[in-house]
Amino acid sequence: MHDGEEMKFWNSVAAIAWKDILSELRSREIITSVLVFGLLVLLVFNLVFDLSSDLMLIAAPGILWVAFAFSGVLALNRAFIPEKEEHCLEGLMGCPVGREAIYAGKALGSLFFMLLVEAVMLPVFALFFDINVFRPEFLVMTVLATVGFVAVGTIFSALAVNTRAREMVLPILFFPVVSPIIIAAVKASALSLAGQSWSDMTIWLAITIAFDIIYLTVPFLVFPFIVEE
Amino acid sequence: MNSAAENSSAPLAVETSGLVKSFGHYTALRGIDLQVPTGSTLAVFGPNGAGKTTLIKILASIMRPTSGKILIGGLELKDNAEMVRAKLGLVAHQSYLYGNLSAWENLDFYARMFGVEDRNSRIGEVLDLVSLTGRKHDRLATFSRGMQQRMALARALLHKPSILLLDEPETGLDQQALGAMWDIIRREETLKRTIIFTSHSFERALAVCDDVVILERGKIAFKSQRCTLSLDGLKQKYSECTTVKK
Repeated sequence: MHDGEEMKFWNSVAAIAWKDILSELRSREIITSVLVFGLLVLLVFNLVFDLSSDLMLIAAPGILWVAFAFSGVLALNRAFIPEKEEHCLEGLMGCPVGREAIYAGKALGSLFFMLLVEAVMLPVFALFFDINVFRPEFLVMTVLATVGFVAVGTIFSALAVNTRAREMVLPILFFPVVSPIIIAAVKASALSLAGQSWSDMTIWLAITIAFDIIYLTVPFLVFPFIVEE
Repeated sequence: MNSAAENSSAPLAVETSGLVKSFGHYTALRGIDLQVPTGSTLAVFGPNGAGKTTLIKILASIMRPTSGKILIGGLELKDNAEMVRAKLGLVAHQSYLYGNLSAWENLDFYARMFGVEDRNSRIGEVLDLVSLTGRKHDRLATFSRGMQQRMALARALLHKPSILLLDEPETGLDQQALGAMWDIIRREETLKRTIIFTSHSFERALAVCDDVVILERGKIAFKSQRCTLSLDGLKQKYSECTTVKK
């Protein structure tokens, strides 16, 4: 890809992501429902478990990632539904850009929504479970895991949107594939929230980065076939 | 509108050979061979399920053919899809516009996707062309069907395509809106644009086209130049092509 093509690619990616963000700002379909759902999950776990602080440090990362994962699936489910409902996917496919740009734009938009939801949920989580989440190790790990989660989730969202029971199909297809990222995120979060250093998290960080690379590469190869067939 | 004589010597804007499209066991197109000269207008007729929409979608490169060759502006579509799409404008049954965004925001989005230079000025021009400047800040969801179709046309014309593909653009439009739509298309005729459109309206199609094709069950059942056809002749041919094999 030379400079002109690269510029065109990133302009298209930015245009798609911005269009999704603008559309969401108008409808508030994703953020409101996903946020309410995520906060309710945290609230339910907070009410159900009455854990000591040591046990809390072990269980809390799992609770947090259950909330992130379930709300993330809700958000990703909506990534392609408006395109499908308004028949706009064909309009996007008629644009003089590679299918990869469509994938990257949709993924970037979803990443923005997911990070926004997480940014609101984290302080609430800290408050409910009395845990300091504002540690660089934890925040970096959360962003890295979210990137992988969204990267692979966007491709499954595109796959599920053409099925009848799309809301059920996405989690069934998606969770088995994304589980390495979730497991690594939970393990690394537990270590970082317990005050461990980067070196203690190396293995989980490496696993997350490796899966991020895989999940960011494979969709570029398969997305054109998913949207065209 | 170009005459048929002029068209016969013009370079081809669209050329397909042996175009086949199958969906599982169902074959929607069975070896379509088309030659559309630059600057001409081709009307494609056929009953529902004949393959008209599939043909348009394949030409617009939003659907892959199962086999066959497509040349658009001399470029093979398979190898130059992005370059070819920049030359195409598509108006389909749906507007491909977002209900939550305003008319201006929708066109701005597509202008960015098509890399339109001097975006604001061109968006203003096409909004003016479709007489929707006064509604530019209104959301698409508040537009009537006719206005949405005009916006779809504005979207398709935004990047000054040399080839316009129209898939039953009359669907849901009243007579006045229909006339307005063809007026808009003709107003930019100085661009020597090639137009391929599918239709169920013989009268309107004959008024604007240079060539006629009738599709039946994925095959070209009849091909002719408009000048050799009368309205009654076309209706009779259509009837023969679409009923004999049933």
